[in-house]
Amino acid sequence: MTVFFQTLVSGILIGGIYALIGMGMTLIMGVMGIINLAHGQLMMVAMYITFVAYTFFHLDPYLSLFVAMPCLFFLGVAIQKFLLNPLMEVETIIPQNQVLMTVGIAIVLTEIARFIFSSTYRSVTTSYTGKVFFLGGISFNVAMTVAFLFAVTLTIVLFWFLLKTDLGRSIRATAQDKEAAILMGVNSRRITIITYGLGAALVASAGSLLIPIFYLFPDIGRPFTTKAFVITILGGMGSTVGAIFGGLTLGIAESMGATYIGMSYKEMVGLIIFLLVLIFLPGGLKRLTKV
Amino acid sequence: MVGASMAFFEAQEIGKTFGGLKALSDVSFTVNQGEIFGLIGPNGAGKTTIFNLINHYYPLTSGDILFKGKSIKGMKTYQICHLGIGRTFQVVKPLKRLTVLENVMASAFCRVNTFKEARELALDTLEFCNLMSEKEKPAKSLPIAGRKRLEITRALATQPELLLLDETAAGLNPAELDEAIELILKMRDKGVTIIIIEHLMKVIMTISDRIHCINYGRTIAEGTPAEVANNPEVIEAYLGESYA
Amino acid sequence: MKRNQVISAIIAVVFIILPLVVTSDYYRHLAILALMWVVIGGSWNLLAGYTGQISFGHAIFFGTGAYTAGILADKLGTSAWLGMALGGFTAVLAGLVIGFICFRLRGPYFALATIAAGEICRLIAVNWESLTNGMVGVLLIQTFRSKLPYYYVALALAAASLLVFNLVMKSKWGFYFVSIREDQDAAESLGINAALYKNLSLAISAFFTGTAGAFYMNYMAFIDPEVVFSLPYISIMAILVAIIGGVATIWGPAVGALIMVGIQETFRSAIFGLAPKWVSQSHALVFGLMVIFVILYLANGVVGDWPKIKRLVVRSR
Repeated sequence: MTVFFQTLVSGILIGGIYALIGMGMTLIMGVMGIINLAHGQLMMVAMYITFVAYTFFHLDPYLSLFVAMPCLFFLGVAIQKFLLNPLMEVETIIPQNQVLMTVGIAIVLTEIARFIFSSTYRSVTTSYTGKVFFLGGISFNVAMTVAFLFAVTLTIVLFWFLLKTDLGRSIRATAQDKEAAILMGVNSRRITIITYGLGAALVASAGSLLIPIFYLFPDIGRPFTTKAFVITILGGMGSTVGAIFGGLTLGIAESMGATYIGMSYKEMVGLIIFLLVLIFLPGGLKRLTKV
Repeated sequence: MVGASMAFFEAQEIGKTFGGLKALSDVSFTVNQGEIFGLIGPNGAGKTTIFNLINHYYPLTSGDILFKGKSIKGMKTYQICHLGIGRTFQVVKPLKRLTVLENVMASAFCRVNTFKEARELALDTLEFCNLMSEKEKPAKSLPIAGRKRLEITRALATQPELLLLDETAAGLNPAELDEAIELILKMRDKGVTIIIIEHLMKVIMTISDRIHCINYGRTIAEGTPAEVANNPEVIEAYLGESYA
Repeated sequence: MKRNQVISAIIAVVFIILPLVVTSDYYRHLAILALMWVVIGGSWNLLAGYTGQISFGHAIFFGTGAYTAGILADKLGTSAWLGMALGGFTAVLAGLVIGFICFRLRGPYFALATIAAGEICRLIAVNWESLTNGMVGVLLIQTFRSKLPYYYVALALAAASLLVFNLVMKSKWGFYFVSIREDQDAAESLGINAALYKNLSLAISAFFTGTAGAFYMNYMAFIDPEVVFSLPYISIMAILVAIIGGVATIWGPAVGALIMVGIQETFRSAIFGLAPKWVSQSHALVFGLMVIFVILYLANGVVGDWPKIKRLVVRSR
């Protein structure tokens, strides 16, 4: 039974960070209607920023959160402004070229990172790396717990922003009904740019939070893109609350899968859940089937 | 075979519910072979819903639909077309990047299998509908009148016995309107039975043999154009209570 | 009609004679890869360009075909050429499963589902070690030492695929595919069984992609999951080949295959050894930049955007 609760706790802790990653992608999905397949790669960039800040300036990863987030915000803004928005005017038979563009961005980011840092595994060893504390017989990884608490705080801030500020309301309005939002005077172009920046900043925070726990290498982005993708779909496309549930579900499922099925199948668990939802729960995805 | 007692087309107490909201309840009517049957009602009354139920764009919640004595309930949209029921859409759906001729050919393949036969059938239908001059143009370049006409031509090329026309006259100018009426009558004379949804009273009152009026998803009247026009409930539905 | 046939015949003759003139193994190798991509790009184009079902998962079919040939030879000791005959059919089976799951979704959601399906296939190949040897991959002994036989097999495959795509698109099926792309609801109301024809398009597309995959196994004699189930280098490459050449044209993907393989190899070889070595390490970066460039500026491909390209060239002179 202890094993079960231990697995559950690790699942929830990592799930909180997954939620952070998923919410960024969900925001972008909601406003632009596209899946951002460069999401994990944006996180990878944030991780390298954190790594550099730690190695050269001895900045604690939790402090470089406040460097990585703005950096990625502006990177996201630039991507949306110069690469994604221009595609709205291109008329083609292939309507999915924005998604394809994000794949191109993902490759470019990964390869630039490889160019600068090579494929070597990097890590940041802080005073709290590997430390654990016990609560009722269950061990809590310190770095993981801190990351989880940060994730919860950032989620609360994000919800406050979406619910209480004008800009947040404009974002939600655009996500609900783009045409109507434009008619109400929302500058949809500006909103898409800010949303992509925000999504990038959110995933950047996850990157900074994860660096004391994970090894860093250029290809680390891809599995996280897949995770973000699965979370977004589990959570019902474009629903921020759904992303939290999706993130926790994926975290717990992966953790359970690793304990009870085998470590190597961890990555597959999320994708299988995704397909099961698709086959057996078409009701959950119903509004997607008639576009 | 169609017996004397058997209706050509019959809707039996059909109903449709969307997530608890009743869009249509217990609507029944029969259509005789060779007639033009008008379907009227205020906006949102459920007219297009009836068409969507007939060609199974979505399934019936209750009731049954019989075509030549056989139930078509549960049949797929494309099967219903093969059976001989064609339809047009209120919001026209041209195959935009294809030419007008290709649009019609795509539907002609419903009856024939080779490229050559499909082309011939498509050209005949275009001729019949007076759209020959536009045949090489991409469908998206047509003005609204042309698109509405293409919609009819395309449905006709599937050689239907029953044709459902959804507001084919909306948005046309008076000259185009006369041409549309002429085309509808010509199709009827060719032997096609027609159910037509129309807002313009001038059109529906002149061409329909019988009219069925619904409001809030329920039948409020049925009869000849004159009978329906003088029905107090119909007048009330269209003009408001004070005129009744 | 006649003119097209003459041009096709001339192109065919050129490609038949080509390897007899070009005797360098290196260039023959490039030609073989390009011909293989003609098949894959065209297959993707049939499903996505003509039928409108944008697949981000063609690696599924490529990998299935490759592993069919590989596993048959590796585990049962049959000729890998038998595998090539069967690879297309196993890919069709994979395609029917994918179709059953993914065709429940429309438009962008179909595309997303194919990404997930592709990743699942890659992970299965990685983890099912008793069947696939996992990350170790499958190694065969090549049948021929010369490139020439492989070249002609690839050429025959490319010619067959182009012929089939051409015939299909001129038939009732082709009309139906395009109708579904333009408006699925309208297509169904015109008597088109959209589910059936989408699956047919997928099956043809999967068949040729799978055969190409099985050919790849035979020719390269080595595969592993990261190579044949790769999202960027198979699935995205297939899309890029079709787009750069011209989506929804018969010849577009073929032209695109020549261009893409040419550009990729130019950078992989560091501009044929003329540039410093770091250039060759950047070929993946160049691939990514190509994706971005093509979508921004050549969305309708060389064939589709030809007037635009001509204008640019003329003006710059």
